[in-house]
Amino acid sequence: MSTETQLDVRWPIGLLFLAVGFLVALYGLIVGPQVPGNLDRGVNLDLIWGIVLFLFGVFMVWSARRAGRQQETERPAGKGAPSA
Amino acid sequence: MQLHWIDYLIIILYSAFVLGVGFALKKYMRTSLDFFLSGRRIPAWITGLAFISANLGALELMGMAASGAKYGMLTSHFYWVGAIPAMLFLGLFMMPFYYGSRARSVPEYLRLRYDEKTRGLNAVAFACVTVLVGGIDMYAMALIFKLMLGWSIHATIILSALVVLVYTALGGLTSSIYNEVLQFFLIVLGILPMAVLGVMEAGGWQGLVTRLGADHAVIWRNLGSPQSNPMGVEWFGLVMGLGFVLSFGYWCTDFLVVQRAMAARDMGSAQRTPLIGAIPKMFIPFLVIVPGMVAWAVIPHDLFTVTPPGGVAHTDFNFALPLMLARYYPSGMLGVGLTALLAGFISGMAGNITAFNTVVTYDLYQSYIRPKAEDRHYLRTGRVVTAIGIIIMVLAAYLAMQYSNIMDYLQLIFSFVNAPLFATFLLGMFWKRATPNGAFFGLLSGIFGAAVHNGLTLSGTNPVGIKGGWLAAMFGSGPLHTYPSEMAQNFWSAIFAWTTCFVITIVISLFTKPREESELGGLVYALTKKPSYHALHWIQRPATLAVFVGIVVILLNWIFR
Repeated sequence: MSTETQLDVRWPIGLLFLAVGFLVALYGLIVGPQVPGNLDRGVNLDLIWGIVLFLFGVFMVWSARRAGRQQETERPAGKGAPSA
Repeated sequence: MQLHWIDYLIIILYSAFVLGVGFALKKYMRTSLDFFLSGRRIPAWITGLAFISANLGALELMGMAASGAKYGMLTSHFYWVGAIPAMLFLGLFMMPFYYGSRARSVPEYLRLRYDEKTRGLNAVAFACVTVLVGGIDMYAMALIFKLMLGWSIHATIILSALVVLVYTALGGLTSSIYNEVLQFFLIVLGILPMAVLGVMEAGGWQGLVTRLGADHAVIWRNLGSPQSNPMGVEWFGLVMGLGFVLSFGYWCTDFLVVQRAMAARDMGSAQRTPLIGAIPKMFIPFLVIVPGMVAWAVIPHDLFTVTPPGGVAHTDFNFALPLMLARYYPSGMLGVGLTALLAGFISGMAGNITAFNTVVTYDLYQSYIRPKAEDRHYLRTGRVVTAIGIIIMVLAAYLAMQYSNIMDYLQLIFSFVNAPLFATFLLGMFWKRATPNGAFFGLLSGIFGAAVHNGLTLSGTNPVGIKGGWLAAMFGSGPLHTYPSEMAQNFWSAIFAWTTCFVITIVISLFTKPREESELGGLVYALTKKPSYHALHWIQRPATLAVFVGIVVILLNWIFR
């Protein structure tokens, strides 16, 4: 069993949501409110939910960075600590 | 449903991330334990989310939304009765044996507790069921993408198989677990707006209940007799069949889910895994069942009608989720919603394949074919078995196409294999007198009992055949009993299987020689030192989490009674 530090799962999750959230919000901003299923709700769902997804991505990346820094300070010099 | 470039871009982005995670994790796969059990170093919050996500594939998303449209809130029994109690039991009482024994798989625990033949039987049965379930996931995904986008079923199966092959062969269980966590967030954030918009359009919860009828909003009041509810089950069959036998058989003994807890970094994390998973699991009905109910309430029913080539037109509730996506999501969000579905399907397949490769490599290959090779050899074997498993899954996907109701098909498989297994584990962990021969013949009798029950009974207006009655027909008679629904037949089949296994195991054990007590330390409740959590803050203790989950789930049952 290797004891090397693994990739923190929050990085890929955070980065994916940052990218997807940014794209969806930008698309919503450019295209404006759309009317799926012929139901006019006057809501720009892409813009609103794209921002929510982006903010979730920011939270995950911030959380991964914070955990990484914490591990750096806790880890004895020259040793790898398991993490995920 | 029309996709735009933005939707395709989101799907491509997700696929790239999934493959990227596999490539990033490859360098950490140095030993077979790294590959098959993530080196046992994953924190509880990750294994907890992976634990429920492994079960959040095609069955949950399409099947539960379809059941929501057909039966309403009654479907939540599959969560609040048919999952949570078993997850609490696993975390509190069974994980100490699985994790404490250092078994690398569920079949391996059976070898340690009983003997080789019981392990062999379980390993072979599990491997077969796993590829069948994986095949169903593949078929479900191909079907949904054909219905929504007109994609070729064959191309979808091959492409998804390739993605799963690459990321599981590279990163093993860790890759699968990471993608399950990613999938969990995608499903929650990708489906939540649809559920909210749907309930708003239906006029809030009260409006939804008015449109569907009050019967669709209650879960206990109509269970007095099978005739008084659309599922055709009564409370005893539901609680014993689903809530006890099938649920405990799946959540407590199925290696697909237990493997996630085994990958945890320590005993406390392993115990907390199903308990943490139970928290979001309690609320998933609002994400999958409620949208199904909304679909039936607001979407014209003729859109649910399908006419197979040369067949008769019928209502197919599996359209509920795709129809909801088309109704509420514009381009952009449609890509997010489809990616959530795709993630559920892909990671469901990956979960099956990682459990399959571990059992085949450790419990079949290492035990019976090449016992004393170098560790590196088993790591290589695991990758080859992954590829073979995916090929078998593709074949199983084509088999799954023969059956229209995915849910009942799964229940049938579980009732044959999983239901008796829980009796074997229960007796093994809590009765030190249970013997290897008692367990083996009890398990065989249980599987046989399920098949006999299925062969002698039938449900509804089903014809004699795979759905039942075939054994009675062989003797020239009609079915001995006809259940009001297939679900009731499956629940009772499970009860028969479990009871047969339980009784036969006890009877044979009383007449055969048990194992020495000195060999059973860490494997049987009475002979195992209980883990102590006094050093932990009270809120971190498994018992605290279990009490919290227990109270909330009782409240949910009470609110929707």
